[in-house]
Amino acid sequence: MNLDSRIPGGPIQDKWDSRKFDLKLVNPANKRKYKVLVVGSGLAGAAAAASMAELGYQVECFCYQDSPRRAHSIAAQGGINAAKNYRNDGDSVWRLFYDTVKGGDFRAREANVYRLAQCSVNIIDQAVAQGVPFARDYAGLLDNRSFGGAQVSRTFYARGQTGQQLLLGAYAALSRQIGLGTVKMYNRTEMLDVVLVDGHAKGIIVRDMVTGEVRSHAGDAVVLATGGYGNVFYLSTNAKGCNVTAAWRAHKKGAGFANPCYTQIHPTCIPVSGDHQSKLTLMSESLRNDGRVWIPKKQADKRPAHEIPDDERDYYLERKYPSFGNLAPRDIASRAAKEACDKGLGIGETGLGVYLDFRDAIARLGEPAIKARYGNLFHMYGKITAENPYKQPMRIYPAVHYTMGGLWVDYDLMSSIPGMFVLGEANFSDHGANRLGASALMQGLADGYFVIPYTIGGYLAGQKAGSVDVNHDAFQQTVATVNDRVSKLLSIQGKRTVDHFHKELGKIMWGRCGMARNDAGLNEALKEIPALREEFWQDVRVLGSGQSFNQSLEKAGRVADFLEFGELMCRDALERRESCGGHFRDEWQDEGEARRDDDNFAHAAVWEHKGEVKDAVRHQEELKFDNVALAVRSYK
Amino acid sequence: MKVILHIWRQDKASTNDNFKQDGRMVRYELADVSPDMSFLEMLDVLNENLIEKGEESVAFDHDCREGICGACGVVIDGVPHGPERGTTTCQLHMRSFKDGAEIYIEPWRAKAFPVVRDLVVDRGSLDRIVQSGAFISVNTGAPQDANAIPIPKSDAERAFDAATCIGCGACVAACKNASAMLFVGAKVSHFAYLPQGRVERDSRARNLVKAMDEEGFGNCTNQNECEAVCPKEIPVRVIADMNREYLRAKAREG
Amino acid sequence: MSWLSSFWRSSIGGKVTMAVTGLMLFGFVVSHLLGNLQLLQGKDKINGYAKWLHDLGPMLWVMRIGLLAIFVLHVWTALRLSRANKNARPVAYAKPSTVQATMASRSMLLSGLSLLVFIIYHLLHFTLGVVSAEHHDLKLADAGGHDVYTMVTTAFSVPAIAIAYAAFQVVLFLHLSHGIQSMAQTIGLHHARYSPMIKTVSFLVALVIAGGNMLLALSVMLGLVGGAQ
Repeated sequence: MNLDSRIPGGPIQDKWDSRKFDLKLVNPANKRKYKVLVVGSGLAGAAAAASMAELGYQVECFCYQDSPRRAHSIAAQGGINAAKNYRNDGDSVWRLFYDTVKGGDFRAREANVYRLAQCSVNIIDQAVAQGVPFARDYAGLLDNRSFGGAQVSRTFYARGQTGQQLLLGAYAALSRQIGLGTVKMYNRTEMLDVVLVDGHAKGIIVRDMVTGEVRSHAGDAVVLATGGYGNVFYLSTNAKGCNVTAAWRAHKKGAGFANPCYTQIHPTCIPVSGDHQSKLTLMSESLRNDGRVWIPKKQADKRPAHEIPDDERDYYLERKYPSFGNLAPRDIASRAAKEACDKGLGIGETGLGVYLDFRDAIARLGEPAIKARYGNLFHMYGKITAENPYKQPMRIYPAVHYTMGGLWVDYDLMSSIPGMFVLGEANFSDHGANRLGASALMQGLADGYFVIPYTIGGYLAGQKAGSVDVNHDAFQQTVATVNDRVSKLLSIQGKRTVDHFHKELGKIMWGRCGMARNDAGLNEALKEIPALREEFWQDVRVLGSGQSFNQSLEKAGRVADFLEFGELMCRDALERRESCGGHFRDEWQDEGEARRDDDNFAHAAVWEHKGEVKDAVRHQEELKFDNVALAVRSYK
Repeated sequence: MKVILHIWRQDKASTNDNFKQDGRMVRYELADVSPDMSFLEMLDVLNENLIEKGEESVAFDHDCREGICGACGVVIDGVPHGPERGTTTCQLHMRSFKDGAEIYIEPWRAKAFPVVRDLVVDRGSLDRIVQSGAFISVNTGAPQDANAIPIPKSDAERAFDAATCIGCGACVAACKNASAMLFVGAKVSHFAYLPQGRVERDSRARNLVKAMDEEGFGNCTNQNECEAVCPKEIPVRVIADMNREYLRAKAREG
Repeated sequence: MSWLSSFWRSSIGGKVTMAVTGLMLFGFVVSHLLGNLQLLQGKDKINGYAKWLHDLGPMLWVMRIGLLAIFVLHVWTALRLSRANKNARPVAYAKPSTVQATMASRSMLLSGLSLLVFIIYHLLHFTLGVVSAEHHDLKLADAGGHDVYTMVTTAFSVPAIAIAYAAFQVVLFLHLSHGIQSMAQTIGLHHARYSPMIKTVSFLVALVIAGGNMLLALSVMLGLVGGAQ
């Protein structure tokens, strides 16, 4: 497997400029001859599709939702980082770069992160020009707030709906191109396979979710912007439809899958209320700006929160991490909550929860100020729990939120399959082992607006436009495989529903490969998952036909892929014999703090598919840290 | 708790305007409903039961289940998104219903929203309206510094109030005329309050209203039902904004 | 012309047409009431007013034709919009419901059509004199004009007629109470502070107009006006 990251030489500040200069250009008149297929319409996908269409390429864009505007980027609440230094508090591109590399626990690629920090500045300009209504101060200038893992205020926000507003900006840009006829949009269309011709990605196979038609689309390059795989845990903050299918099928066709074990467990989510639970709801990390996290000092303290006096409360984040306090990074805050609950200090009926308390902030700033900052989040919390967070503290617990791992890409965001690019959460490149808050929006948009429009040209310039069409044998064969699989799922007619298997898989993953992992548990999971998969293919019940709108069938295909992917994830977690960021191994810790092993694991693990998941081969891309010194990551 | 559901079932997509005959209301009884379940989780349980009995599940749109993607939405007892104000269907919980309640669940009803299956409708008409001009025509890479144009906080807030629209279509479903004016008004209003948006205000107002009319939505008769069911509580003020912008654009038309 | 027709055909153009013609008709209703209230000031006053109107000559016809044109446009546009609205919702809900729509707002078409019937009757009754020709042709001995006072008091002293007229004022109230505030919204006037005020004013003005008209009919019926004078 070719894992040449193709990082340009020279000082880190100049790498992106020099790559942009070195990339071959496609003559404007020739651009319209090239067709690019973009899968996914979130921040990365919509931004990429719109920007490439503006440049003159023909673009086809696909999403499984009924409208591109519904991609799950829309649910991001808190904000987007940018090194604007509008607050005059010492921020810079270098500091954002440094914070992100450190926040990722030194498992990200330096050059990519630096480029991300550089592009962050342009993103805000672009979004404002599109009409994104960011929060402003009374002078009419942009406002900022601070976020976990940073000591400067560099987060731009739009109430608690930053992702929504940024996505609607990208969606508006995309819609403009659709209206102009330069992008052809396919809604309710799910990618089920990628087609390779002479080793290059030249098309995709999709299923029209309304008619059930399985169809080929040919292009000169394929861009996957299909999000993360958090739903392998069944319960997560992801949308119900989020899935790994596109990435997994690409992996099975030869794309390396990097660091699948890097999953982010977000510390502030609403705790599970029962078996019927279908998803978990995030409460933005921005709440930790004003909310204080605590647990009772006494085990099984059943008093209502307001009756517990201050000296019987443990504000454990402030105690353990005095310099960052409640703004400790996500992985650290999550683990601290788990540790508290493991000791029997958790609150609520299940004992799986900690308090996030606004009492002091309300006393200091007044309820209207808190309402102005977090009104919609408090409202949402009230809706779900029927509790009033202005009067009693929120109950929160960590939940699966984001996946740092993803398809391996080089500096140009091209996967190990030539012609297939991977953007946003679907790739692995920028966040290392842990993503800092307000960085996902930044990465998705940087990839879509400011990286792919350049790098795709570098690839396409070397390709003959329109060299392959859907009549090529490779398409026929892949369509047949996809159809077989659909028929297979419908023909089993077993006893168990798709959701049953998904929930079972989720339990295994959360129990064995969740917030803390260990050798024994992972080995157990590696037996349980193949057994569950076997049972799935014997006993799943999918009703209805393939030639109609069939939501059970859609889910079945996705869960089938999760059942394979979960195994790879556990293998990766088992092989990474260290703790870093979101990956915590019980065996490698210093009293609850992650212990990295830089000598043996300062690399990205890249998996190559070899027929069966158990046979997948682990490759390594060594990570070099020339600009940020490897150090123990401390937030104390 | 127990509930009795009456749900619109329809196998095939509506092919003509007379889609009353395309489906029917079907009665289901569901026991063991927890008041902490969301409305969609209640439907999940129903679907699991149906599949186990060998019946096809009830199709309904949903995705984020946290009230922001705008995918979900059914008419519950005649009210889009159900009885709670400012709430999407996915954020509605069963504690809002009484034990033994009879609940009528229907798809959005509008000519411009043909039913795809059961409770799923095609809202492509809303996308097409946006494509006609609900954007600022700026290419990637062109803009000046974000702080170059200060925007009064009150204007930014007004723009935001309109921009929170999630495009669910409840306004259309609630309107007795199936009018999309709250949706379109939200787009017009969002850009009308921003200096960046004012450059194209005339063409935007004209194009959006034209596109809206061509999709077959009805007209506003100022009953404000849209505002009452909007999960983001977008005020009917945006419709007045749109009317004003449109009049201005027409008056200035060459 | 195409500019005008494309405006009228558009949804908002149609709404604005309703608002503007509605505003004019509202103006007429106000002046109609103010004129007729002179009934309460006695026979000479109201008959003098009627004579003054008649003496306008050609101007009166200009006003009548203009009023008719506005009226026709108001009704015609209403019917066009209503048809479009019906088409936009081909299938009704099995279980319909509303949250905050007022009865007045939901019944604009019905109240409007009822008013249309009423106005036709009203014109036949008092203006054209088809319904009761013997009263209509009453002339004033001295000046030669119509004896409007006697015509009206004779008509409303029949309880059935007076009550029917009064009842229609309820319909007029409903139509105006929604119509007046709608005008403001439709032409783009909306303000967080003033819009609730417009709503209240709309309600009160409608109440005063309907109440004033009702007062005329009922005061005759109850013998407070007319009779021996």
